[in-house]
Amino acid sequence: MALSKKITRSLILAAFGVALATPGVTLAQDTGASVNGLTGNAEAGKQDYRRWCVGCHGKEGNGEGENAPYVDPRPRDFTEALFRWRSTPTGTLPTDQDLYDTITRGVVDTLMPTWRPLTPQTRVDLIAYIKTFSPKWQTQKAGTPITIPPEPPQTIDSVLHGRQLFDQMQCWKCHGPDGRGDGPSAITLTDDKGEPIRPYNFHDGTRFRCGETNSDLYKIFMTGLDGTPMPSFADSLKPQDAWDLVHFLRTLQPNVQSQSRTVWLEYVKTHQGQIKAIGAESAGQ
Amino acid sequence: MNSHSPSKITNRVVAAIPALMLLAAVLVPAPKPANAIPAFARKYGLPCSACHIGWPELNNFGQVFRDNGYQMMNERDSPITRDPSYFPITVRITPQWHRESANNQIVDNTAGNSENGSHPGTLTTTGFDLSGLDLWFAGTLYKNISFSVLPSSDSFANFHFENAYVRFDNLLHTSWLNFKVGKYELDLPVSEKRLLTLSGDGGFYYIYHFTPLNDANPFGGIGDNQLGIELSGHNTNSYTRYAFSVVSSNDGGVGLLYGLPAPPGESGQNPAGRTYDYYGHFEQGFNTFGNGFMKVGAYAYYGFAPTFFETSAGTPIYGRGNKSFVRAGAEWKWYFNKFLVKGVYLHGSDNAFLANALDPRIDTLSSTQHAPKWNGGFLEGQYIISPQWIIIARWETVHMAQQADTSITPGNTGNLNAFTIANRWYPFMFSRAGLALQQEYSFVRSNGVTNQGGAFGSLCTDAGRSFNCTIGSSSLMFGFDFDF
Repeated sequence: MALSKKITRSLILAAFGVALATPGVTLAQDTGASVNGLTGNAEAGKQDYRRWCVGCHGKEGNGEGENAPYVDPRPRDFTEALFRWRSTPTGTLPTDQDLYDTITRGVVDTLMPTWRPLTPQTRVDLIAYIKTFSPKWQTQKAGTPITIPPEPPQTIDSVLHGRQLFDQMQCWKCHGPDGRGDGPSAITLTDDKGEPIRPYNFHDGTRFRCGETNSDLYKIFMTGLDGTPMPSFADSLKPQDAWDLVHFLRTLQPNVQSQSRTVWLEYVKTHQGQIKAIGAESAGQ
Repeated sequence: MNSHSPSKITNRVVAAIPALMLLAAVLVPAPKPANAIPAFARKYGLPCSACHIGWPELNNFGQVFRDNGYQMMNERDSPITRDPSYFPITVRITPQWHRESANNQIVDNTAGNSENGSHPGTLTTTGFDLSGLDLWFAGTLYKNISFSVLPSSDSFANFHFENAYVRFDNLLHTSWLNFKVGKYELDLPVSEKRLLTLSGDGGFYYIYHFTPLNDANPFGGIGDNQLGIELSGHNTNSYTRYAFSVVSSNDGGVGLLYGLPAPPGESGQNPAGRTYDYYGHFEQGFNTFGNGFMKVGAYAYYGFAPTFFETSAGTPIYGRGNKSFVRAGAEWKWYFNKFLVKGVYLHGSDNAFLANALDPRIDTLSSTQHAPKWNGGFLEGQYIISPQWIIIARWETVHMAQQADTSITPGNTGNLNAFTIANRWYPFMFSRAGLALQQEYSFVRSNGVTNQGGAFGSLCTDAGRSFNCTIGSSSLMFGFDFDF
């Protein structure tokens, strides 16, 4: 009799286990998500995650999906709740809108495509589910988005000052003097997982991973890319300086039409001999 | 020892465990990752379910991918960005067991001797079988230039080119301007090539291929892939799409001949005419409640087929006296939560000379000869339990509005109603291959003539009252649909 009770109990426990493993059980860490008036449903997001995300990001959200070994750069590990493209200060969680924008935009030059074809509700549901992978979402609130001041005119003075900052702050050591991502330190860079990481190649790229606008680029300086060697310069760069850097970086993009590049090319025509090479002082030391 | 002794209970419970486990396995599919068509899954590392409701049917993400010329538009599309060992090929075939049955068929009174008369009877056949084979190559040649080549065979391994085209996308840097040239599936409201039902009676859409009894139009239907050029465009999420095709008037035939090559041992094809057919499709989508979206659209095919041939020493060289035919209709698709409902309406009509096989140079229409007209449509529902499990049900109907020759064909001949239900389960999938277990049943009731899909094709014979009876035809199928 005792044996049959044990077996019966085992079966009940097994059935309970099956029930737990079956979709429909409320997620313990559901903190929700809200974007543009839409409220995310983590339970629905779980199904969507299985359909679209699990191959790379993994069932546990740890970036160890079955395709992950073949994906470069590696998929995001959601269990760390560490996100690169944010509107919030470094070290803080991104807003739901930030995650929504990344999902919608995709990450150019990686295997993360744009998910714009999904309905807005599906994208918000996915965010709600992604947030269940890390307890940080329960203990911390998203950071407050930084304020982006209006962009000043793209003048040659702004470009030249930005160029000077690019040189002084040694941005070129990673991004290279021509912005090709081939600076002397580039080869040594790794992300927080110890994986090699390449600085952005402004020369070849037309879209940034953080977006396409000057404001998106501005945000990068002020928020940093958490989990990468790209720090936040919020404490050392004034807003005007950051805009000047943005304007200079636009001159490094031959495949993108911009006012900054136009004024720069005009300047180069008349000041060819006066332009000091970036990184020249360090090279001479 | 009574019947409730511990040892007996134990034995029963232990004996029941495998059955319970099997039941659990059937009722609760393990939530394993779902993946999809390997040619692209291998390239992008995405699960099949990213692009497919259940392969091969596309979801909206897959539709956008296809509309972009098989590109994610993420600067990783050109083959130069891929591992050199990547090779874009997929093979697909479906080993299966199936049963085909139809009543009111001609059965010889003496088996093996058709001269001793016949009687109406039910014919049934059953056994293990193979589907045809698809050997599909598709991918990008360069940024914004893609291709597809699909040598496809019937189950006897007679191959033909199901499709073969090159496609150019984002001309003038806009997604509204793309074109492809070659042989391809028309941009139909619902793709038949990506149908989730596979059985003899349920493995196609009747309205895409319907031709009335005694209608001489050789056109195989808009479901057949056509040879020509297509201009198309779409917005970023493919909610707004258009496609316009100009195709040769030969039903996709190669060698300037009409239709598919005849299998070995069968008579050859007629030469084609020298005209072109036109097809247009527009659809518009919008978000709805229930986290869904709806698409509505309209389409039309305006084609020509010859009524006589120019000959040389008695041999037909090319078709002449082309007369027109039309297939046009509307669509409605609604995706919401775990449901997908879609409906397509079609109106068809053929020129009276074409339908009645009359030479317009010398023949005139009699009072009983008309341009045949018919209306049809289908309503299909899918319940997507998970990315790995889909239940499909469909009702399809065709009703004749006007026969080609009312003195030969009664008004309701050819009318049909088809019902199909299928369960498609992807028990396991790896990122580079797919397997689907399919159980399907399809039943068709048609007037006067056996439906155009089943294993039998005789006219209805009900104690000699030809055309005036109803045929019930059915297919039952258990298949293992796999691709790699």
